Amino acid sequence: MNVGTLINDLTVFVLAILLGFEVISRVPATLHTPLMSGTNSIHGIVLVGAIALGAAADNPLTGVIAFVAVVFAGANVVGGYWVTDRMLQMFKRRPVPKADKPAE
Amino acid sequence: MNTTDLGNLVQFAFLIGASLFAMGLHLMNSPASARNGNRLSAIGMCIAVISELVFVANSSPGIGNWLIIIGGLLVGGAAGLRLARTVAMTAMPQLVSLFNAMGGGAAALLAIDDFIRLSGQRTPEGALASLDGWLIFFIVVDVVVGSVTFTGSLIASTKLMGRLKGQPIILPGGRFLSAVALIVSISCSIVLVLAGAGLFNYDTETLDVLLIAALVGALIFGVTMVLPIGGADMPVVISLLNAFTGTAVAMAGFVVGNVILIVAGALVGASGAILTKLMADAMNRSIANILVGGFGVAEGSQAAMTSEGGTIREVSVDDAAIQLAYASKVVIVPGYGLAVAQAQHGVRELADLLEARGIDVSYAIHPVAGRMPGHMNVLLAEANVPYPQLKEMDDINPEFERTDVALVIGANDVTNPAARTDRSSPIFGMPILDVDRARSIIVIKRSMGRGYAGVDNPLYVNPKTGMYFADAKQGLANLIAAVKAQ
Repeated sequence: MNVGTLINDLTVFVLAILLGFEVISRVPATLHTPLMSGTNSIHGIVLVGAIALGAAADNPLTGVIAFVAVVFAGANVVGGYWVTDRMLQMFKRRPVPKADKPAE
Repeated sequence: MNTTDLGNLVQFAFLIGASLFAMGLHLMNSPASARNGNRLSAIGMCIAVISELVFVANSSPGIGNWLIIIGGLLVGGAAGLRLARTVAMTAMPQLVSLFNAMGGGAAALLAIDDFIRLSGQRTPEGALASLDGWLIFFIVVDVVVGSVTFTGSLIASTKLMGRLKGQPIILPGGRFLSAVALIVSISCSIVLVLAGAGLFNYDTETLDVLLIAALVGALIFGVTMVLPIGGADMPVVISLLNAFTGTAVAMAGFVVGNVILIVAGALVGASGAILTKLMADAMNRSIANILVGGFGVAEGSQAAMTSEGGTIREVSVDDAAIQLAYASKVVIVPGYGLAVAQAQHGVRELADLLEARGIDVSYAIHPVAGRMPGHMNVLLAEANVPYPQLKEMDDINPEFERTDVALVIGANDVTNPAARTDRSSPIFGMPILDVDRARSIIVIKRSMGRGYAGVDNPLYVNPKTGMYFADAKQGLANLIAAVKAQ
């Protein structure tokens, strides 16, 4: 790892943390569960790294590691976004009249 | 297209993806825009993943590699979708923990894979050809943090599902084992980093053993760290594990040299850190204190002595209904007990009835009501409670003085005035909902049992308080019937 890359990566890291603090401290407590589940889906971005592992795998060990990593990250991404959306659609200013609601 | 050009294009796509993540999180600042924010973030994710797939396709990997990628995506995606579609809102904390485990686990695997690759590149003498202190540092931090997150989140998830006891589980020698695992993991990590920096000369086998020891130590520590932590401390633990996952993902970004992983990991890490601090503050406990575990375990023996000093006034359903029906302002204080009894819909029905009578109804939500940050809000939103009625602690506390009836359902410690006044109380200093300042208080409670902290609640012997002993769901049903009769 050369020093130039290291400094670049560290710069991005530190700025992203500051951005994160700035943006997230504005999220109201009402939305903390969707926030956590939403950030959970964002960390599913390891999927990108896992796909790269899958492409580079050249023996059974790295193949298995890559497969497990893709499965984990894939479940994380798909499930995370879906469930966050499911939660957020429930937050309404006024409840939908009962007639429009599917029977429970 | 040649690989360099395509690589640059993919990097650019990652920049767009990362920006969409940040913009999506920004839109989460209001319930009205939050859903679009999440969608924006999902679009960013799609852009990043598709770009990576295009990049991979360009290097024409073998059929086996495609099987790993596509097969993994299908299996993982289907599993994630199934979980996300079927999970009950009360079970959100365990699902979030599970996704935490997966993210942390995947991040750790990335670093392990990189380490194996490094190990494969040996000089004829058996030493590593390209060791480098910083790279090893990021690998090791990723492996250790990712592994602690993995097992810790799995245990948290299992505890929340009720497969393991929710109460603190104290293993004999558990704390000792925990300390040993942590020390082994950290010292092996330090030796690895020093070796990577060229301060030691080790052959590859020794380095492999060191990494495995660090890995196993971290896996064990994840288990022993979360096992002794009790149910009501879960919001803090889940937030902390969330911050860990973010850190692990950012470290993986350093290891594989991918900026979008660094940005995403940093955003998640920041979010987890903020939430951890908010939750710990809301319980007035330090994170270290929670991790050491066992609230109420130490103090349990003394708590029994203070139970006298006032009489409890029971209130009948009809009296409670009259108070509510002729109030002008009612604040409902729901606690986790409400969710356990599945009484969210009942509470909304009661609120609708009261509102139809022109009564101002709102909900006072303590930050740690529920098993994860903001959990109670989601449960009430699911029951069709409009979000403008959901009030945060700081907003609702000044309103209690103007409140005719505070209706406490399944909440205990967060309403305990001793936290404000009694210096000897274990929960002294914890921010609470000032329910006792309302003109009258009705508490629906199953029995006189204590809350999580194991301390008595003077609210129950307050002359303004009427106790209605019932299961939350049944009690609310009776109350609804009685209010209708008014």
